[in-house]
Amino acid sequence: MSGVRVLVGTRKGAFILTSDERRQDWHVSGPHFAGWEIYHVAGSPADPDRLYASQTSGWFGQVLQRSDDGGKSWAPVGNQFVYDGVPGTHQWYDGTQRPWEFARVWHLEPSPTDPDGVYAGVQDAALFLSNDGGQNWQELSGLRNHDTGPSWQPGAGGLCLHTILLDPSDANRMFVAISAAGVLRTDDGAKTWKRINRGLKSGELPDPDADVGHCVHKLAMHPSRPQTLFMQKHWDVMRSDDAGDNWYEISGDLPTDFGFAIDVHAHEPETVYVVPIKSDSEHYVHEGKMRVYRSRTGGNEWEPLTNGLPQENCYVDVLRDAMAVDSLDSCGIYVGTTGGQVYCSADSGDNWVAIVRDLPPVLSVEVQTLP
Amino acid sequence: MSSTVRVVLPAHLKNLARVHGEVKVDVEGAVTTAAVLDALEADFPMLVGTIRDGVTKKRRAFVRFFACQQDLSHESPDAPLPESVAAGAEPFMVVGAMAGG
Repeated sequence: MSGVRVLVGTRKGAFILTSDERRQDWHVSGPHFAGWEIYHVAGSPADPDRLYASQTSGWFGQVLQRSDDGGKSWAPVGNQFVYDGVPGTHQWYDGTQRPWEFARVWHLEPSPTDPDGVYAGVQDAALFLSNDGGQNWQELSGLRNHDTGPSWQPGAGGLCLHTILLDPSDANRMFVAISAAGVLRTDDGAKTWKRINRGLKSGELPDPDADVGHCVHKLAMHPSRPQTLFMQKHWDVMRSDDAGDNWYEISGDLPTDFGFAIDVHAHEPETVYVVPIKSDSEHYVHEGKMRVYRSRTGGNEWEPLTNGLPQENCYVDVLRDAMAVDSLDSCGIYVGTTGGQVYCSADSGDNWVAIVRDLPPVLSVEVQTLP
Repeated sequence: MSSTVRVVLPAHLKNLARVHGEVKVDVEGAVTTAAVLDALEADFPMLVGTIRDGVTKKRRAFVRFFACQQDLSHESPDAPLPESVAAGAEPFMVVGAMAGG
């Protein structure tokens, strides 16, 4: 029988939630790496038992963990993320230039074809690749050496590369998003990168046509339509139909268009999910109600999904990597909150249940659909 | 000449190294902070980068080194450790600084 494995990273460890395809009864294991911040846990599409976890600590730095048995056991692998050549500088909060300095891995993106291949998006913003199961890491420095690199500046969470999208139709094309630099695309296997921010408008930037400095929170893509990208920006939900060359706003009738997470239905490329957050100064859901919003029209027209979600006295946030979808016939949606809940809808968002309610604050949620 | 040095790790690093209690490392030559950490990382490679930077060897900001009721964190990593540490009478302690919650 098929099933799902939900990989949850929290402020104090990782948790693995498993269920069969009904997604009613759950087994919870964890905390793995108790007490450490787990920014992201991701599984290899090429081998579902191969998992990677980013384990970090303000005291003890970065550790990368790997499992070869679906999370039953783990072993540390390589944690040396050394910038290629002379790192150079980027802009700091006060406007001065500051040397690039590695802090942590925000996001892991395993190769779709090679269990030993995995990309890492890190802070300070850079892209690394391992081809040996995480033992050794090489910076793909064409990104950081982009001519706009010195003008990149950190968002409140740091200068982080948090999104990596691999184009399933073109092995040489990849998208990354950096807070607060914007979105870049490579068409030549990460050798060179192009800024793709045309159409983004950010009131926080003095130049209304600024091409650098946008605080892009997350990108999403349906694998059948890699030309179409969806974006949750600091403010604004955006869409591109030309692989990021041009963006237009699809916030439409959302109650607020601030937020972090965004994802696309596994079988419906025009069905998109976001979780509106009240504002950039009040990082919790709007009106004390936990509402996932769904658009079945590719944006602009949104419906609140509330059945099974708390509709009073709810003041949690949903962070950028804390939403995922499975690919079972009835698409499952998963949302983790800073209040420690992981909610699941096994019917595309119509009805929700809490798989767990009292985890540490959730940083990331990924789901594997198992055969 | 080889010395056996007792090392006390903070709980998180014990878990990472999968050890309980003190660990003992054999140090060749002068017993210094750098030599103890070299030996420790050789025995427990998963600790590389967690106590000091893996490349620059600079102590991580929120890690401290104590021994014989002294804070040795700011001593040169190449300075000799107290004789009682080299003799195995006192442990070399790696401590996570009190910070945060």
